[in-house]
Amino acid sequence: MYENILNKYQPDKDNLIYILHDIQDNDSQNYVSEEAINAVSDYLDISQSHIYGVLTFYSMFSVKPRGKNIIRLCDSPPCFLKGSSKLYKKISKMLNVKNGQTTKDGKFTLELVACLGVCGNAPVAMINNDIYADLTEEKIEKIIKKIDKGDDNVS
Amino acid sequence: MSQNKRMDVLLCCGSGCISAGAKKLKEKIIELSKKHNIENEINIIETGCMGPCNLGPVMTIYPEGVFYQKVKVEDIQEIVEEHFIKGRPVKRLMSQGDNKVISEKKEVPFFQNQVKVALENCGYLNPEKIEEYIALDGYEALVTSILEKTPEEVIQEIKDSGLRGRGGGGFPTGVKWGFVQANKNKPKYVVCNADEGDPGAFMDRSLLEGDPHRVLEGMLIAAYAVGASKGFFYIRAEYPLAVVRIKNAIEQARESGLLGENIFGTDFSFDAEVRMGAGAFVCGEETALINSIMGMRGQPNPKPPYPANSGAWQKPTLVNNVETLANLPTIMRKGAKWFSSMGTETSKGTKVFALTGDIKNTGLVEVPMGISLNDLIFNIGGGMAEGKKFKGVQLGGPSGGCLTAEDLQTQIDYESLKAKGAMMGSGGVIVMDDTKCMVNVAKFFLEFTVDESCGKCVPCRVGLKQMYNILDNITKGKGKKGDIERLITLGESIQKLSLCGLGQSAPNPVLSTIKNFREEYEAHINDKMCPTCVCTDLYHIEIDKDKCIGCSLCSRKCPVTCITGSRTEKYTIAQVDCIKCGNCIEVCPVSAIDKIPGMSSEVLNIANNIEED
Repeated sequence: MYENILNKYQPDKDNLIYILHDIQDNDSQNYVSEEAINAVSDYLDISQSHIYGVLTFYSMFSVKPRGKNIIRLCDSPPCFLKGSSKLYKKISKMLNVKNGQTTKDGKFTLELVACLGVCGNAPVAMINNDIYADLTEEKIEKIIKKIDKGDDNVS
Repeated sequence: MSQNKRMDVLLCCGSGCISAGAKKLKEKIIELSKKHNIENEINIIETGCMGPCNLGPVMTIYPEGVFYQKVKVEDIQEIVEEHFIKGRPVKRLMSQGDNKVISEKKEVPFFQNQVKVALENCGYLNPEKIEEYIALDGYEALVTSILEKTPEEVIQEIKDSGLRGRGGGGFPTGVKWGFVQANKNKPKYVVCNADEGDPGAFMDRSLLEGDPHRVLEGMLIAAYAVGASKGFFYIRAEYPLAVVRIKNAIEQARESGLLGENIFGTDFSFDAEVRMGAGAFVCGEETALINSIMGMRGQPNPKPPYPANSGAWQKPTLVNNVETLANLPTIMRKGAKWFSSMGTETSKGTKVFALTGDIKNTGLVEVPMGISLNDLIFNIGGGMAEGKKFKGVQLGGPSGGCLTAEDLQTQIDYESLKAKGAMMGSGGVIVMDDTKCMVNVAKFFLEFTVDESCGKCVPCRVGLKQMYNILDNITKGKGKKGDIERLITLGESIQKLSLCGLGQSAPNPVLSTIKNFREEYEAHINDKMCPTCVCTDLYHIEIDKDKCIGCSLCSRKCPVTCITGSRTEKYTIAQVDCIKCGNCIEVCPVSAIDKIPGMSSEVLNIANNIEED
């Protein structure tokens, strides 16, 4: 089932990170499963432990199933100074999850991440591939509610 | 830049402005110009970041050069009907100067004192069109470098220009190139370091998103000079738009014959591709970055060997930062003399800074090296936000140091900042006002590096965690005599013993805040007091009985029912039970409730008793 993705790349171990991104992005649960690790291991002829080592080194990869939408809340100093900890409390309370956890309905995963590079408009969060900036508690609540309803056009 | 349309609308589509709704403005402009039948007269161009992020969404309208800020969808109707149709620019959306409305972009104070080299085209062109870059003299420097100069001459030009690495280290670019060129091993690689992880820095992102062809041209010039045949853009996965833009630029360059075999009919052949990170700050370190490019864990290697001799696949590899590469086309076009006429004795040219934190004008600015911190923060940055008082500025992100009001006259160059205990870093300027607790800020920076330490070497992995624990205790009222000295000893050891730049610089925020704000550390440790009332355990909340009107609102809103009293007796907080949620402060209608620095005497007694036991 991973052949379609794997065949896009030369069986060269330099491509490992690219392949893992591709697999994770195409997974409905936003993670790299054990079966996927085995498939990559066969394809690139490298050990599972090497792949596992790479997966766990980089914070954007997950070896555990995650939610359909990933909320990456920046908690680096510029966002912290502008009140990101209040946002964390708000989201955490709203979705009943802590850092790294997924909601029971599998819709959202909350992750605290390092700088997203939009510090001029701190505090910032990235939901899937979209940036939401100058956030307030009210703003993030609205955005999450809209995404929850399946409305992508929330910016 | 279309010639047959009456007006050009340059709409900033940097990440900040997009998140503020720039794309919706575009839709509305299209909708309304269709309605008024002028859609053939209006040319809408999505540009990269214009700089003033706090004013977004921003746009510039030509031919007049009118600059609009904080534009909302509701404003578009007025812009279209008044400005586009009747030729009357909308004054209320312009920058408001002291006595007058400033209509033109070049007269806005934020832009006035800047000198743009790397950011020259950012905000002026459509980053997805190679034609626009070429129309602004793009790739001209590449043509003349390859056709009219030898690689040695190009390297000499860059050496003469005095350009130094803009990613943080400040190593002379031309000298680095010389090392790679001198190595006869082949193939050679050029890597563009776009793993911009420094919190508070976003110039690399803006360059890649706003003017990707310039960075690519810079890479090509570097590749020609050192004799490389293959290039990699290593971009962090947090920057998906930058990845798209640079991939598009590579594709267009390939189609135009600027990449590939025998470029311009010479022996020079070169191709480039994008490699993505996956969230690891340490990958900004060049040896770690090279490991990541090769698909491995991004852990650093000891140096030497330097990448110039043995880098990617053990071949000579040149690693240059995005901003460094972005300077090259202009230097080659205008000459080393022009570039080195700006700046100071040791730091030439200009530098891009990202202004963030409690400053009025946040965003990206480019200024000549050598201007004072004061000019950067108070003139270009517009001073402190909300009229608060300046307390400190963190330069160089989590690797840099924190400077105070006394250091504001320091001129910005590599050496002067280092002498003060800070560093240029990648150019992040995090400004803090007097409501910030410096012990807490230092702890926060350290938390970042503890998280991001790759774990390969002991001083960084274990040492930083120990420093963090000491700081954490201090902010929770468990600080002990000698903690400051312990932090200094640990910090200095970690600086000396760590394998890579991450560990070597991670103690800087703590050491510099101890140096400049020692009395705050002492207040936390000795007096169990956080002077700015930030550290929860080191302040308490009191109700001023003279102001209290006995309305009972605070008592009713208290989640732990620790506020009691009556209309006649007024209200009091039972200090031992208070969880400092702050609800009472927010609801009090007469502002009678406030945070007081220091533990309350009741809590302090209990704390002392526990210690004695």
